[in-house]
Amino acid sequence: MEEFTSVFLMLLLVAGALAVLHVRNLFVATMLLSAVSFIMALIFVMLDAVDVAFTEAAVGAGISTVLYLGTLALVGPHEKSSTKKTALPLLLSLAVGGVLIYATFELPTVGSPDTPVQTSRLTDRFLNESPKEIAVPNIVTAVLASYRGFDTFGETTVIFTAGIAVLLILSQVRGRREEDVAIEESTTPQSDLTAEEDTSLQASPHDLVPHVVSKLLIPFVLLFGFYVQFHGDFGPGGGFQAGVIFAAGFILYSLVFGLEYTKKLLPLRLVEFFLAFGVLLYGGVGVVSMLKGGNFLDYNLLLASPVAGQHLGILLVELGVGITVTAAMLAIFYGFAGRSETNNKSGA
Amino acid sequence: MFFDHFYYWITVILFVIGLYTVMSRSNLIKKMIGLSLFQISVFLFYITMGKIEGGTAPIIIDQPDVVYSNPLPHVLILTAIVVGVATTALGLALVVRIKEAFDTIDEEEILQMEETK
Repeated sequence: MEEFTSVFLMLLLVAGALAVLHVRNLFVATMLLSAVSFIMALIFVMLDAVDVAFTEAAVGAGISTVLYLGTLALVGPHEKSSTKKTALPLLLSLAVGGVLIYATFELPTVGSPDTPVQTSRLTDRFLNESPKEIAVPNIVTAVLASYRGFDTFGETTVIFTAGIAVLLILSQVRGRREEDVAIEESTTPQSDLTAEEDTSLQASPHDLVPHVVSKLLIPFVLLFGFYVQFHGDFGPGGGFQAGVIFAAGFILYSLVFGLEYTKKLLPLRLVEFFLAFGVLLYGGVGVVSMLKGGNFLDYNLLLASPVAGQHLGILLVELGVGITVTAAMLAIFYGFAGRSETNNKSGA
Repeated sequence: MFFDHFYYWITVILFVIGLYTVMSRSNLIKKMIGLSLFQISVFLFYITMGKIEGGTAPIIIDQPDVVYSNPLPHVLILTAIVVGVATTALGLALVVRIKEAFDTIDEEEILQMEETK
């Protein structure tokens, strides 16, 4: 039965990917990509990767779809039929695929217990020693925040940088626009088109049902975000997932009630502050552990006993990750949504 | 034999679809979507590596003889997904700016404009 389900999901995945490739309307392609992500999350659950499934469902099927739709509202959904020759790319892709398929015959059977991945000393350490060393039931959280703390610090910094970069790219508008007013004037039919399709990112005062439903839903979304954040030590969850869910709550509010109200609630300045604060909190934990005489991010010395220190360290570090991810997702969303609003005003 | 390598083949098929989308489509957003497919196939490959027969999710429970799947690939991919969406956002932001500068997001049209300049 399990094999049947996984084969079914896999074939659905391939069908979805082929449909994404085939369709010309980019809105359809985006929604299909979202569906593919969701099927992928289901497959991750079947492969025991619950934390990853959680993240994929929240990020792939949720946030990234909103980002694609935000972009489409700005650039229009139609893909021009290409005059590009497709024979060479097809041949090249199939050749690469053939080589890879040939290589898979050398790979060990899926799920066998004697592959190098499963017999590695690291695996043994994580599975058998971490319950004593760190005493956090969710091993993924233990590895993420403690054993691989450096790596996660780097990832958090990448997200921080991406958030800043999107704000930089999308917030510099005026200079060029005022110079090129004449050119803008000649292309107004185009911006009329985007204005029509842009309703998804604007407040819609007439839609009663979304207003009522989202008002009921948003508190629970935020509460669930907190649960995922602070329960990440014991079950699936953690800073990355919680950050995305928390941001999704605010993005939902913004989609239904309009960006202006969200910005009143949570100004861009505050988002920028949190963006930096999360990374600083993460780094600060590392510095404190250095001041206490250990290495960078050595949580053992934070409190009297190593296990308590690990717990506190993981809690703070995950909080830092959560704050930065929330702020980065919101900053990115503000960038895209704010852009479409200013474009509309200049178009009108 | 068939089920032994089925997951790998699906990974390769997704990989090829992603690669082909990136190479054959000239619309920049379609290229970003292709990259996302590409990314998903790599995620699936890593997670497949961590799976163990008869295993369960790596969350410790108080029972004897429980087999846990390998947590390390999960950690790597979990962070990769979130970093992936951040970089995708960056790419999309650049697409928006390209649209404003050239009034098109078709790669070939942009190249033509650059040549005629």
